[in-house]
Amino acid sequence: MVLKVFFPSCCSSAESGILIGRWIPEQSSAVILAVVHFPFIPVQVKQYLREVQQVTKVSVSVLGSWNNSKQEKEESLSEFLEDLGTIFSHEPWIQISKEGDSKFWNCSTLQKQPDNHREEEIILVYYDQRKVMLSHLHPPSDTADLGAEDASKLSAIFNTVASSKVLFMTDRYDDGPIKMTHWQSDGIEASIIVELMKQASVPACMLLTFLLSLVSGVCNSRVLKFWPLSFLWSKLSTCEQLGHRLQHLQVISSSKKAQNQTQLMRKANIFVSLLIDVALGILLMSWLYRKNQIGHLADTLIPVADHVAEELQDLLQWLMGAPAGLKMNRALDQVLGRFFLYHIHLWISYIHLMSPFIEMILWYVGLSACLGLTVALCILSDIIALLTFHIYCFYVYGARLYCLKIYGLSSLWRLFRGKKWNVLRQRVDSCSYDLDQLFIGTLLFTILLFLLPTTALYYLVFTLLCLLVVIVQGLIHLLVDLIDSLPLYSIILRFCRSYRLAAGVKFRVLEQQDGKPLRLLMQINPLSYGSVVQTYRLPTYSCYPKDSWTSLCKKLFLGELIYPWKHKGEKQD
Amino acid sequence: MEERRYRSASGAPLALRCRQHSASCRELAVRCPRLQLRSLSAVTSAVWLAAYGLFVLCQNSMVLSAAIFLTLIGLIIYLHFVKIDQESLLVIGSLGIQVTSSYASGKESTTFIEMSQVKDVVINEAIHMQKVIYYLCILLQDPQDPQGVSEVVPLFQSSQPRLDCLIEVYKSCHEILDQRKAASQSDGVK
Repeated sequence: MVLKVFFPSCCSSAESGILIGRWIPEQSSAVILAVVHFPFIPVQVKQYLREVQQVTKVSVSVLGSWNNSKQEKEESLSEFLEDLGTIFSHEPWIQISKEGDSKFWNCSTLQKQPDNHREEEIILVYYDQRKVMLSHLHPPSDTADLGAEDASKLSAIFNTVASSKVLFMTDRYDDGPIKMTHWQSDGIEASIIVELMKQASVPACMLLTFLLSLVSGVCNSRVLKFWPLSFLWSKLSTCEQLGHRLQHLQVISSSKKAQNQTQLMRKANIFVSLLIDVALGILLMSWLYRKNQIGHLADTLIPVADHVAEELQDLLQWLMGAPAGLKMNRALDQVLGRFFLYHIHLWISYIHLMSPFIEMILWYVGLSACLGLTVALCILSDIIALLTFHIYCFYVYGARLYCLKIYGLSSLWRLFRGKKWNVLRQRVDSCSYDLDQLFIGTLLFTILLFLLPTTALYYLVFTLLCLLVVIVQGLIHLLVDLIDSLPLYSIILRFCRSYRLAAGVKFRVLEQQDGKPLRLLMQINPLSYGSVVQTYRLPTYSCYPKDSWTSLCKKLFLGELIYPWKHKGEKQD
Repeated sequence: MEERRYRSASGAPLALRCRQHSASCRELAVRCPRLQLRSLSAVTSAVWLAAYGLFVLCQNSMVLSAAIFLTLIGLIIYLHFVKIDQESLLVIGSLGIQVTSSYASGKESTTFIEMSQVKDVVINEAIHMQKVIYYLCILLQDPQDPQGVSEVVPLFQSSQPRLDCLIEVYKSCHEILDQRKAASQSDGVK
């Protein structure tokens, strides 16, 4: 099989020495992690490797020799390096040598048992140690068994480099028995802000956990669980959103460290999402409270409500006349029209009663925007629902009336044909009616049929209005969902440090020379933005339409009440 | 390194370049025809004429600047996301197969498939509307079922070379893939 040698590009200019790394026999590949320089004592090197193996659970061993001769070939050094093969017995013993500044290296292997007579081809793959160590492969494979035969080659290599982090912690300026060359970090001093934040995060988390436990204790108390109040909380979307954010805060402030990459990214995404949310909310608040915007809003609210009520009154007057040229039943028209007009009158009086308090209520409610833009949007959606409550009431009245009429009509239609609905058997059966039953039934059927257009028109108009309000509310909730679930930290990471989120690798063929091994450069292939969003999306209490289009149309036709948006926590019908 | 001329399924001229880097590494690149100046000028003039017609109707000069803006944005989007200049296949025996598409703006999108996942490389027939077209594809191994195929990855989708070009690529790929089979068989015999 072809022998693959993964060589870190940072060791290209290292002094001569021996190569240490991991040998994966199933794939015939050698992952080189570092170069140990002369002078060294073989016993100390073996002991050091044993210690590293214990900590990292990666079978690190001496793989071969590295000869970087700046001048002409030194024969004695190459013989010395061959003799090293006998001290550190490894099969096969890899010898890499570089002459001067030449790009093309010599790579050969020494086999103890020369049983395979064919020339084994060698492929030299350069990799960037720091990027491979920090990156994570997607989709993440099970790393329970590092040396499994069916584990993909790439994940084995990535795991080897990532697990050997302790090997890379030795500094080149350390005065120890072993001098190595590998990737060096910039040290703790380079990122002092990060270190300070790490130190400060522990007491901050504990404080946050304490506060959150207080708040959740208050929320779960019995006082707030009585029937009218609990019904109210479930209907208001603001309470749902606040509960959702409380959950998020609990996830962030938990003292358990994140176990794996997915949990860490989830925590980071929640943190950034909360930060952006609060920042946008405070921005909104600063705009609202500057130049007395709240006062302007409150001043325009009453005239807008008045205007909506006037429009509704005009609409009802139009319906009571001859709408679109249709001829309505005069009496029923007048009854329904006057009934709804009286409702509007009640509503207007109520709004005018509340008008002196509106500004103060808005002022205090606007303060809650500091909890986040999503909370402000949910409050807006709730205010819209409250202000258009009369439209919703009209829709319910119209729907109920229409529904009753449809049911009556269908039942009397069956009577007209001599059939009956058998409740026990849930099917239509024939039935012999008396003459007077038939007479009254047909009479009622005719009355209901001729009153149908009037009721249907009122039902249609108010359903359309209600659907309009529902669509507006739906759009606001969509925006809230977007802010809730977008993984901003992952997107920024993909933009700035694209090697951290790897979809795979890509190889580039470097300059070749005949007789020398094939040279490839392995680079990280980053994940596309679409897959980043899909993999790291935060789960929400998503509101999605409960019914498909056909069942929605069927419900509209029959006059059943529609509750289009379903929340995840609600019980299924 | 050799370059040969072929035709695509729709008749456009293509160039196939085959490079052998080493005994087990081969690169096959299909170069698509470049963006034609006459089609570009035709589309631009059509859009600008339509914008000028709208301007004459509604006397709003915003229409003209919007048309220029749209043309520029449309061209950039076309060059960066739609127009593929070259599609190449890099076969490295015992490592894997790498499929690269390079766009006209210089962007490259790469996928690397490991050799353990590759079951075979075959030429398939497809009936599309009134045509029968041939395409080269990589069959991926199903990890659970050794005989099954989990996914089919079609290659050279935007250049769509004809059967003669595909046969060349197929033969080249199989020379390297068969080495792997021979190696595994000899290992098994031992």
